[in-house]
Amino acid sequence: MTDIAPVPVERELRRPRRQKASVVGVLGEIFLTAGVLVLLFLGWQIWLNDIIVGAEQTSAANELAEQWEQDATEPTPEATPSDAPTADPAETPAPVDPGTPVVAAPPAAGASFANLIVPRLGADYRRPIAEGVGLNVLNNRKTGVGHYPQTQMPGEVGNFAVAAHRTTYGAGFHDINSLLVGDSIYVETADGWYKYIYRGTEYVRPTGIGVLEPVPQVAGLASTDRIITMTSCHPYFSAAERIIAYGVFDTWYPRAGGPPAEIATLVQAGAN
Amino acid sequence: MYAALWRLLPGPLWVRIPIAVVLVAAVLAALIIWVFPAVNELFVPPEVTVGE
Repeated sequence: MTDIAPVPVERELRRPRRQKASVVGVLGEIFLTAGVLVLLFLGWQIWLNDIIVGAEQTSAANELAEQWEQDATEPTPEATPSDAPTADPAETPAPVDPGTPVVAAPPAAGASFANLIVPRLGADYRRPIAEGVGLNVLNNRKTGVGHYPQTQMPGEVGNFAVAAHRTTYGAGFHDINSLLVGDSIYVETADGWYKYIYRGTEYVRPTGIGVLEPVPQVAGLASTDRIITMTSCHPYFSAAERIIAYGVFDTWYPRAGGPPAEIATLVQAGAN
Repeated sequence: MYAALWRLLPGPLWVRIPIAVVLVAAVLAALIIWVFPAVNELFVPPEVTVGE
């Protein structure tokens, strides 16, 4: 009895059995693959791509800042980069009142004219601000933050209003809800650094254009303050509402005097 | 389908494994560089601005 079996078994072992691919089996594998692809895409869209695009926007901001620094130090022909700042007196922080902030002329549509630096949103958070809130600015790998053209400029009396994505396309304002009262918001331009202090957040309907008024939510009132308004969508992945974060102007730092201490490391690091 | 692909790979097991890993990595890279950005164009991101 036991002698009969071995022959076919051994033959079976020598030549591995090929399973015939069935229609259902192949179909199942295709469906599984499609499912994995969708999950991969989601992971890419809501997480990985924001990191990639965010990094691109930050490096665009660093290039902008480098350009401004070069323009500012142009008079010295042998302009040595980074490690040798030109003016020594600037090193000693003198408690001098910088005076009324310089207000730049409104830039051309789509042009990057400032950087947004918010330490609360990350130690290396620096994103370029371009003129306009169209998709050419907001969905751009080199900008990401858009300035409402009908609002004022950084440091100007009135309202400097900007918008950025909460999710996708770099998600500049992903963590805007994590700002705490008293947090610094810096706007960096060719002229220097404008410091705003975060004051509060409100949620409005998508039609709530009152937040863009020189005095937010009060139409027709002459402004005496300098406000920054940051708008984004709320909740995440939805356009049902808008999250609005406000800051009030604190002071400004002319470029010649160097960056404020709080963001000095970031400004230096970006230049290298 | 995947069984057939596996059989197409040359060499013994210890050669097939690195080849398969490289192939998977190449597919992932192609997805991230070309396919996902193209598909993303089909999505309309939520609006972030206030307006009428």
